[in-house]
Amino acid sequence: MKLTGAQALIRSLEMEGVEVIFGLPGGAILPVYDPIVESPIRHVLVRHEQGAGHAAEGYAHVTGRPGVAMVTSGPGVTNIVTALADAYMDSIPIVVISGQVATPSIGTDAFQEADTTGITMGVTKHNWLVTDAGEIPRAVAAAFHVATTGRPGPVLVDIPKDVSNASMEWYWPTSEADLDLPGYHPAIEGDPEAVEAAAALIEQAQRPVLYVGGGVLKARGMEELRRLVDLTGIPVTTTLMARSAFPSSHPLNMGMPGMHGTYTAVTAMQKSDLLIALGTRFDDRVTGKVPAFAPDALVIHIDIDPAELGKIRRPDIAIRGDCRVVTMEVREALERRNGGAGDAGGERAHRAGRGDGAAKSRNGGGGSGLPDLSPWIRTIETWRQEHPLHYEPQAPGERLKPQMVIETLAALTPDDTILVTGVGQHQMWASQFWQFEEPHTFVTSGGLGTMGFAVPAAIGAKVGKPGSMVWAVDGDGCFQMTAQELVTANAEGIPVKIAIINNSYLGMVRQWQELFYEERYSEVYLSPDLPDYVKWAEAMGCVGIRVTEPEEVAPAIEKANAIDDRAVVIDFRTDSFEKVYPMVPAGASNDDIMEMPTTSTRDAGRSSERKAS
Amino acid sequence: MTAGGIRSIGNANPGADAAAGAGMAVTASGAADNAASPGPAKRGPARSHILSVLVENKSGVLARVASLFSRRGFNIYSLAVAPTDNERFSRITVVVDLESAPLEQIMMQLDKLVNVVSIAELAPSDAVQRELLLATLKVDPAVRSQLVELVDIFEGKIVDVGSASLTVMLAGEPEKLDSFENLVKDHGIVDIQRTGRVALQKL
Ligand SMILES: Cc1ncc(C[n+]2csc(CCOP(=O)(O)OP(=O)(O)O)c2C)c(N)n1
Ligand SMILES: [Mg+2]
Repeated sequence: MKLTGAQALIRSLEMEGVEVIFGLPGGAILPVYDPIVESPIRHVLVRHEQGAGHAAEGYAHVTGRPGVAMVTSGPGVTNIVTALADAYMDSIPIVVISGQVATPSIGTDAFQEADTTGITMGVTKHNWLVTDAGEIPRAVAAAFHVATTGRPGPVLVDIPKDVSNASMEWYWPTSEADLDLPGYHPAIEGDPEAVEAAAALIEQAQRPVLYVGGGVLKARGMEELRRLVDLTGIPVTTTLMARSAFPSSHPLNMGMPGMHGTYTAVTAMQKSDLLIALGTRFDDRVTGKVPAFAPDALVIHIDIDPAELGKIRRPDIAIRGDCRVVTMEVREALERRNGGAGDAGGERAHRAGRGDGAAKSRNGGGGSGLPDLSPWIRTIETWRQEHPLHYEPQAPGERLKPQMVIETLAALTPDDTILVTGVGQHQMWASQFWQFEEPHTFVTSGGLGTMGFAVPAAIGAKVGKPGSMVWAVDGDGCFQMTAQELVTANAEGIPVKIAIINNSYLGMVRQWQELFYEERYSEVYLSPDLPDYVKWAEAMGCVGIRVTEPEEVAPAIEKANAIDDRAVVIDFRTDSFEKVYPMVPAGASNDDIMEMPTTSTRDAGRSSERKAS
Repeated sequence: MTAGGIRSIGNANPGADAAAGAGMAVTASGAADNAASPGPAKRGPARSHILSVLVENKSGVLARVASLFSRRGFNIYSLAVAPTDNERFSRITVVVDLESAPLEQIMMQLDKLVNVVSIAELAPSDAVQRELLLATLKVDPAVRSQLVELVDIFEGKIVDVGSASLTVMLAGEPEKLDSFENLVKDHGIVDIQRTGRVALQKL
C-alpha cells in the first residue's frame, strides 16, 4: 500500500494507540495536518506551542501513556522547547512531532528553519531527523519505545516537508529488532546479589527511611511500596515528584522532604541510619548541602537510570532496575530471609502504625530478623506532634490565608481529584496541605520549575482522565504566562478549574528577598487587580469568581465543582506577606531548617513591608 | 569489574555493570594511569583515561557526544573518530580528564545516549595506544643533518621537503610523540598537528 509520508505518520500514531494530539499547524507541518481530517485521533488546537507541550505532559502524568504534541518548524519548535526541558527534568514521556523545511533547504537559513535536532538535543532523551519517507513508521515506533521505556522522557521526531509529501510503501515494525536501536537496552530486574545485600542492610537498620521519588509513580510501583512498608514498618517520605505515590493518611507517611519539607521528614532523614532511595535522584532541593545530608545514613539507591547511582551521593548498595520490580524483589528477599511470605504483613504494618506501633514490638510473631523499629517510630511521632505544619489563622483586616484556601479545596473535592500546580509558593503550599490518597493525582513541574505549567497541564490531565475533576492551584504570576490556553479549554470542551492564589506578588521571589536580601523588594510586585482576573476569565469563556472573604471560600469552590460545561477561574485574594515554612535556605544544611517564626517577629516583618510596598 | 583492566558497558551486559556501578573504585585505575605516564613532557591532565566508544555511524552522533561532554562539564583531552570495519558503526576514542568528573559518571551518561552501542574503558597499562603527528619544521642548513638524524632515531618519515623547511610524520605511542615534539621545539616548529590517540585492548 502506497501512502504519503504524512499519511504514514498519522497512521503510525494510530498504530501506537494515540488518542489525542495537542498542536498548532504551520507551513512545514501542513502536509501532516491534512490526513488528521480523516483520522480518529482527536486534535486539540492550542493557542501557544508551549501549551501543547505541557498539555502532553499533563496527559502523560495522569495516564502513564505518552503525550503527543505537534508543531511546525522554527518558532513552533522553539516555543515548545520549555516543555521539552520540563519533561526531560521530570522524566515525562512525551513525543513531539515537528515539521522541518524541505531537505534541500536545510542549512540555507530557509524561512522558518531552525536547527531543531541541535536545539532540542540537550532537552530530549533522543531525537530523530527523518530524511526518507520510508523511515517514518520506524522512527515513530522507535520514538514511542524510547520515550516510554527505561527512564521515560521526551523525544522529538523532525520531519521535513518534502519527506511528508513523498510516497512510501506502508509497513509497521513488528519487533524491537526492527527499530534499529542497537545501543538502547534498558534493564528491568535488579541484580539478585545486590537485592540480597539490600535486604541484609534493612535487617540491621535501626532508623531507616524510605526516600521515595517520582520513579515509583512512573514504574507504577505504589502497591509494591505499600507492601514493603506493610512488611517492614519503615517510615516514608515522598518527594515533590512522588506526592500521591503513598497515601497522605497512612500513619507512616511523614510528608515531603527538602527545602520546604516537613520538619519530621527532613529531620528523620538527617538522623537516619539507612536511606532507601527509590526512584529518586538526590536533588539539591531535597539534600540541601550534600556533605551535610543524612550524614550517618547508609544508602540503598534503586533507580532505572544507572547514571543516577552515585551521581550525587555514593550509595552503599546500588541497584539498577525498575522501581516496582526491585521493590518487589527486596520485599521477597526479606520474606524469604525471615521465614516465608505472608507473615502477617498487614498486621505488622498495623502495629507499626501511629499509636499502636509505639506501644508494641513489631516482630512479636517471633523468628523474624526484622528489627524493632518502635523506638524510631516513637521519635518520629514526637517530631510530628511538636513540629506540625501550621499557619496563623487569618486575623481581621488581613487577606485570605493561602493555606486555608488549599485545605478547603482539598476537603471539598473527591479523593480522585487531580491537582495541578504552577511554580512558586502556591505550589509548595499545595504539596504541603493537600491530602493525597490516590496515585497519579498530583501534576507539577518539579525539576525545571516552569511557571506557566499549570493551565495547559491541567487541560492535558483532564483530556487524559475526563472522569476526574481537575483543579489547578496556580499563582497570579504563573497564570499570566499561559492563561490563554483557557480559550483552548473552552473551545474544546475541557472543563478544568483554576484556583488563582492571588497574592499580587511573584511570591516565592518576594519571600527570598524578604529573608535573604534585607526586604529589598526588586521587581516582584504584580498588583491584585491588574489584570482583572474575573473579566479575563469571562473573556476566555470561563466562569470567573472573585473571593475576598473567608466565608466565601467554600461556597465558591462548591459552585465551581458544580460547573461542568466550561472552565472556571477563582481569583482568591490572598495574603501577600505569607511565607512558605519550614524552609532550608539554599545551600544550607538540612540541620538548619527554619520553622515559622512566632507571631511577634512575623508582625514586625509585616509592618516594615507595608512601608516598602 | 576489575580495576586497571578493561571494562565495558553497552549491550553486552548492562545490568551487571550498573550493579557494580555502586561502590566502584575509579581510583585504582586512575593510579595505574599515573604510574604509566612519563615525566615532564606529558600533555594533558594528570589523571586521564581512555574510553573506546562504539557508536552508530549516523549524522549528528559526534555532536551528541560532544554536547553531552560540554553540558555535563566533562573535559575531553583528545578525541579521534573513524568508521569501523562494519559501516554501521564508528569508533570514538576519547581521552577524558578525570579531574573534571568521576569515570563512572562519564561512562554512565555516555551510555545513555541512544546512539552509543558500547563503551570500553582501556586502562593505559592494558591498551595499545598510538597517535600520529605531522610537523613542519624550520631547517637551518647548519642543523639539517642533525634534524634528519633525529627523525630517523624516532622512526619518523620526511614526507615533504622545502628550501627552508621539512614536513615530518611520526606515529607511535603518545609519550614518544611528546618527546619528539620537545626535542624539535628549539629548531622552530612552523606547524604541528596531532591526531589524538587511538587505542585497542591488549591481547
Ligand atoms: C518561567 C519562569 N520564570 C521565572 C521563574 C522564577 N520564579 C520562581 S517562583 C516565581 C514566582 C511565581 O509567582 P506566582 O506565580 O505569583 O506564585 P507565588 O510564588 O506568588 O505563589 C518566579 C518568578 C520560574 N520559576 N519560571
Ligand atoms: Mg503570586
